[in-house]
Amino acid sequence: MSAAETRRMPAGAAGPLPRLGGRLLLSEIGMVMRRRRNQLILVTFAAIPIIIGTAVKLAAPSGSDAGALIGNITHNGIFVSFTALVVVIPIFLPMAVAVVVGETVAGEANLGTLRYLLVVPVGRTRLLVTKFLAVGFWCLATALTVAIAGLAIGFALFPRGKVTLLSGTETSMVGGLGRLSVVVGYAALMMLAIAAMGLFISTLTEVPIAAMAATLAVAITMQVLVAIPQLHAVHPWLISRYLLDFGDVLRDPLSFAGLTHGCLAALAYVGVFFSLAWARFTTKDVSS
Amino acid sequence: MKPPVPAGEPRPQPPSGAGGSLAIETAGLTKRFRGGQVAVDRIDLAVPNGAVYGFLGPNGSGKTTTIRMLLGLIFATSGSVQVLGHLVPSRAARALPGVGALVEGPAFHPYLSGRANLARLDAADLSAYRGDSRRRISEALERVGLSAAAGKRYRNYSLGMRQRLGIAAALLQPRQLLMLDEPTNGLDPQGTREVRHLVAELARDGTTVFVSSHLLSEVEQMCSHVGVMRTGALVWQSSMADLAAQQKVRVTVETQDSVVAKGVLADLGLTEIAEDGASASAVLGARAPEQVVAALVAAGVGVRGFAVAKPALEEIFVQLTGEGFDVSG
Repeated sequence: MSAAETRRMPAGAAGPLPRLGGRLLLSEIGMVMRRRRNQLILVTFAAIPIIIGTAVKLAAPSGSDAGALIGNITHNGIFVSFTALVVVIPIFLPMAVAVVVGETVAGEANLGTLRYLLVVPVGRTRLLVTKFLAVGFWCLATALTVAIAGLAIGFALFPRGKVTLLSGTETSMVGGLGRLSVVVGYAALMMLAIAAMGLFISTLTEVPIAAMAATLAVAITMQVLVAIPQLHAVHPWLISRYLLDFGDVLRDPLSFAGLTHGCLAALAYVGVFFSLAWARFTTKDVSS
Repeated sequence: MKPPVPAGEPRPQPPSGAGGSLAIETAGLTKRFRGGQVAVDRIDLAVPNGAVYGFLGPNGSGKTTTIRMLLGLIFATSGSVQVLGHLVPSRAARALPGVGALVEGPAFHPYLSGRANLARLDAADLSAYRGDSRRRISEALERVGLSAAAGKRYRNYSLGMRQRLGIAAALLQPRQLLMLDEPTNGLDPQGTREVRHLVAELARDGTTVFVSSHLLSEVEQMCSHVGVMRTGALVWQSSMADLAAQQKVRVTVETQDSVVAKGVLADLGLTEIAEDGASASAVLGARAPEQVVAALVAAGVGVRGFAVAKPALEEIFVQLTGEGFDVSG
């Protein structure tokens, strides 16, 4: 057990900027992605566009003037992805995010593994940032799963090629995929805003289920408030108000105005709630 | 029974170890929980480098709270902590890489294997060199005898295997200091022996070991130093040798001439003399037992039996912490 046997990296706190450590982040992402329950969530999400695509295919001859997006599916398979994203963003994605983010701090505290991570040592700020980045990866993974499954089923059942946008103009397939990526990125950022709230909630309890439920309850409550027109004064403050603000991406000329507004709101949420989570977590007694 | 050294007054300082400095040093360390309950009350721990320090106390006396403060897991209400020369919690990032810890039992992810759990902790360690990870983990598992079960999920481990995995995690890196909270909890006699050997082996290599335990015989066998907690206060701290010197060794003479014997014992300056017709006894103090026997024989006492009884650590412990069975706090 002599110190000479083992090479040691320089101490973490030595540099001007604290190191994050890619190994821990990879390990965290691995923990999220290897979890059977989370894999099941991804499978369920992949099933949603498949159901939509199949249903439209079966009903296609009669239902020609359905909603704008869903009606476009028969012209181009890429619209299965857009439609599926619109379906999952309000409830299903927040649910998936709540499940994973609720576990971040509360889950480790509940198992007691939090104390062993902290004595490794993993600095509390570093742990929180790493956890949040892993949740960010999860947000992207869920939205991507829906989009990719949508493309797969869409292209299998419906025409490919030129994409006719909601404004009636045409764009190339590459242009269409570009716009789909923008929507996926936007959805992931919206979910990150909800995840930031969840992260804060997760630092308040040692019961992961409570953190999950509370996060989801907050997300749903916001949806309800947005649905009440009399409360329009508070709507700009609610992240749910911006969740589906990517309609302009599907029109020509491409406008980022609505998107930018939503992105700023999401970043503000991330800023505020990550700070709260940090303030709470770095001063809290870990007695679990 | 009054503690030999009341809290708040200067206590005998343990002799310094090889390094001459202290591996753990606290000054006036206090933790008051939000409810106002004082869990740890102005304790001044001094654990010399190279010592095996037994941290004793009844359930609820503040041992675990203290260990959590030493590791920066909970924040002290007042007082200071230095571990390996670094202030905790402010400089914990420098202190903790040298510290392996087992706190309040092992805790791992149930659906990961033992090996995967260690890999996770290894990945979290910024000071750990990535290329050595596999070897480090295998060695740690080997050391606690878990190699065969390394691939099993943690949830299928027995209590003893879990405890071993916890110790393996503490030994992932070469450590200057080990803090082991009840390390033999849940282990079978075989496992307990192994842990004792492991601790002895580590101590021989110069690792300082801070071990909390309620198994007094274990502490008696392993430790060079001892600290005793009672309702949040450190009521005793010394080397084992100093503790032994405090022990009141009692001699008992079995004889028909007990009254004469009593007189002889008194003449020798022994204290706390008792006599019951068939025997006489007294606290030995600085006298050697053979002196006592010689004096008795010289005085014509017919000695039928002579016994020197040293109190076990358990008795001293009970003297220090009180007789009651109730948990304190």
